[in-house]
Amino acid sequence: MTDERASGPPGAAGVAPQAAIGHSERDVAIASQWQLTRWAFRRHKLAVVSLWVIGALYLLSIFAEVVSPFDPTQQNRRAVYHPPQMIHFIDRTEEGIRLRPYVYEMDRQRDQRTLAVTYVPSGEKTYLAFFGRGDAYKLWGLFPAERHLLVPVNPRDGFYLFGADRLGRDMFSRVIYGTRISMSIGLVGVAISLVLGVVLGGVSGFYGGRVDVLIQRLIEFVLSLPTIPIWLALAAALPPDWPIYQQYFVITLIVSLVGWTELGRVVRGRFLAMKNEDFVIAARLDGASEWRIIWRHMLPSLSSHIIASLTLAIPLMILAETGLSFLGLGLTPPAISWGVLLKEAQNIVSISQAPWLFVPGGFVVLAVLAFNFLGDGLRDAADPYGH
Amino acid sequence: MVTEADPIIRIETLNLGFSSRKGVVDVLHDVSFDLHRGKTTCVVGESGSGKSVTARAILNMVPRPGVINGGRILFRPDAAEAVDLAKLDPRGQAIRDIRGGRIAMIFQEPMSSLSPVHTIGNQITEAIRLHRTVDRTTARKMAADALAQVEIPDPEAALDKYSFEYSGGMRQRAMIAMALSCRPDVLIADEPTTALDVTTQAEILDLMTSLQAELGTAIMFITHDMGVVAELADAVVVMEKGRVVEVGGIDQIFARPAHAYTRRLLSAVKHLEEPAAAKVPPAADAPDILKVEGLELRFEKRAGFFQRVSDVTRAVDGVSFALREGEALGIVGESGSGKTTVGRCVARVYEPNAGRIEYRGQDIASAGHSQLSDVRQQVRMIFQDPFAALNPRMTVKQIIAEPLVVNDVARGTELEDRVTTLLRDVGLEPSMMERYPHAFSGGQRQRIVIARAIALDPKLVIADEPTSALDVSIRTQVLDLLLRLQAERGLSFIFISHDMAVIRYFCDRVAVMYRGRIVEIGDTREIIDSPQHPYTKALLSSVPIPDPALRGTRMRHRYVPEVA
Repeated sequence: MTDERASGPPGAAGVAPQAAIGHSERDVAIASQWQLTRWAFRRHKLAVVSLWVIGALYLLSIFAEVVSPFDPTQQNRRAVYHPPQMIHFIDRTEEGIRLRPYVYEMDRQRDQRTLAVTYVPSGEKTYLAFFGRGDAYKLWGLFPAERHLLVPVNPRDGFYLFGADRLGRDMFSRVIYGTRISMSIGLVGVAISLVLGVVLGGVSGFYGGRVDVLIQRLIEFVLSLPTIPIWLALAAALPPDWPIYQQYFVITLIVSLVGWTELGRVVRGRFLAMKNEDFVIAARLDGASEWRIIWRHMLPSLSSHIIASLTLAIPLMILAETGLSFLGLGLTPPAISWGVLLKEAQNIVSISQAPWLFVPGGFVVLAVLAFNFLGDGLRDAADPYGH
Repeated sequence: MVTEADPIIRIETLNLGFSSRKGVVDVLHDVSFDLHRGKTTCVVGESGSGKSVTARAILNMVPRPGVINGGRILFRPDAAEAVDLAKLDPRGQAIRDIRGGRIAMIFQEPMSSLSPVHTIGNQITEAIRLHRTVDRTTARKMAADALAQVEIPDPEAALDKYSFEYSGGMRQRAMIAMALSCRPDVLIADEPTTALDVTTQAEILDLMTSLQAELGTAIMFITHDMGVVAELADAVVVMEKGRVVEVGGIDQIFARPAHAYTRRLLSAVKHLEEPAAAKVPPAADAPDILKVEGLELRFEKRAGFFQRVSDVTRAVDGVSFALREGEALGIVGESGSGKTTVGRCVARVYEPNAGRIEYRGQDIASAGHSQLSDVRQQVRMIFQDPFAALNPRMTVKQIIAEPLVVNDVARGTELEDRVTTLLRDVGLEPSMMERYPHAFSGGQRQRIVIARAIALDPKLVIADEPTSALDVSIRTQVLDLLLRLQAERGLSFIFISHDMAVIRYFCDRVAVMYRGRIVEIGDTREIIDSPQHPYTKALLSSVPIPDPALRGTRMRHRYVPEVA
């Protein structure tokens, strides 16, 4: 009876997890599904980079007040359409070379014939300081502070990393604050979609029969609703005296009532298939309760897929916010989001004179791509026994 | 028949590797053998031995990331214009002319190798027109002839059918017709009968033998079944772990196997020729442990919002049998006969529509929730596919402990001790309990499934084809384990199988099922020696005999059921 055991590594049986390449046989043998998923994920370079990008974006939005040099709503008539400035670090002066950040100051000039405004370097340097004093703010609305990551030493000087908009507001600060809103406002909606999708899809697939028919017809009904007109109606119907963020938040909640359907269908399909898998039948015959079968045997097999589909749902929310705000249906000024910022770029002046107003668009692309790559990587890694 | 040395394909020191990030891993090492015109060469070996990869290498269709990195595959080696198939561009015109035209291939699963969106006729005519310049009507005529040749009734009408309208055997016939439609010199058959029932398998094998005699095609037949080899082969190539360990004529291989691996393969088959020596028959006065009466199960297809029944399949149609304590009852039949369904009804995985299932005086069929959970501790199940039966997210310890935990039998260190004992009982190292199922081979996984089944000290075990997913040499090991457990623990078995040899080895009595009914039930030896029902006769006469000397000595029965 021993020669079977001697007949070689389990790889001969064709189930050696792809993810396990490069790990010792002993490690692989006791590696849990999560461990295998992690190994597989780490081999997906693009996804790992994306994870760092997303992490960085969320870090930016958490510490938006600190990172942004100015109050994003502060207007400056003398800096209208101020072009972006490059930060320099090596400062050559008569006294020698010093290492300190500075930008070249720009002077505003008006062309006497066309009356067009242009900015020309004045030759002066605006020195910057790390964690210098700037506009006062309350971190997370709680802790009063006035230190910023990088501000001009003299608070009255200007410093425009991404340029300024038509009211002379600092684009960099606005993009950072926009990141906070755009990356977070959809999350609650996604979470509600998740709960609804898993619960209703799971019930539908596990119990089947009439409940299944009812839930499936409900999904078909919900999917047949035209979303854009509903958004339009909602935008009009919500009490106008609500704060703008609250209005938008309520809209995303209502939209998430539509968004669960796709996940619901996937979960139902997986439950339906898994219900008749031998290992689930075995658990039933072991005497496990329905609750235990669902939570201990079925859902863990789904968790990785759920995480992957969640990751792919977030960029959809970001795009929806951007699109709707651009159309004027989502957030509206004075709120700041990527969509609102892009709406400002919605004219010929910005294309010809202030192309830096499109910077938020770059952030949208970056975030959406990163989430999609991350989702792809997670999806591939979620099934470590696949190819 | 053609003269002896007439090779059509010569494989010389073929080496094939799969490239990975850590370099090239060789899966074929120095494989050399010939295929001869008009002869059948069987390639045998267990899963993972490199049989199928060799076949694909001949057609230069090695799956990525495999690469041929040594050796030659010569087509018509004796002719002046011998072609080295391994050197051809895998996408070039030259190899595409040979594929299908000169060398054809048929696969294990006929359903997935036929397109479901084209008619059988279209697929065959396409194959013909790719290699011959003939017009549509001639091609269709040739396709009809090809179908007639593989004994498909009414070939003209069959041309316009889709693959899903065919039965499994008919599909494989259609595949053969397609493969042979261009009169290839070589036919490569990759386990073409493994997915079929024995009765159908016998017909397909007969067909291939007669077609070969007619067309003089060289056949390379890949199989793991020594019985099929004995029925069919002229020459045998034995492969193990990517190497050819023995090549020889059929008589030499069976009578005087030279290599230890060949001997092991043969002894595993021979072992199953007789009932097991270790078999403990039930006591003469053993009481009935299970009595099944008039069991019925209908699968109803429901449609529409009100779930009206639109179609009924009688999967189990009035089945009655009794099982004594310590007895092993085999249920044999072809796929779709309802044997698995009977087993699952007894475990109440399915709810039977009618009938009684009496386990030690209590009716399982109508048992309520608490009664059922008691019965389920004593009636356990072993599954066919050891890969599907284990939750990949739980360790072996968690899997085996699950029935003990949910029934609150043991916990803490006692639980660990129980699992340790169980692992020892099924012949696994207790130190493996922290591992996950992916670290085990098929046979080891089946042992884990068995350990889980016996964890609660059951009285009755329903084994649903426990060995059919395993390689032959492991099959007997698992059967011997079950026999030992039966002797030690006085278990009763319902043993479901399609394999007569396994039934003969393991079971005291056997019930033969056909279309949801038991057509014959009795002592295993009696049924095998003197079958009464015509279906049993057909079934027994279809089982390949693993002895080439007996080839052709047996009358093949064919069972045609009377129309209901």
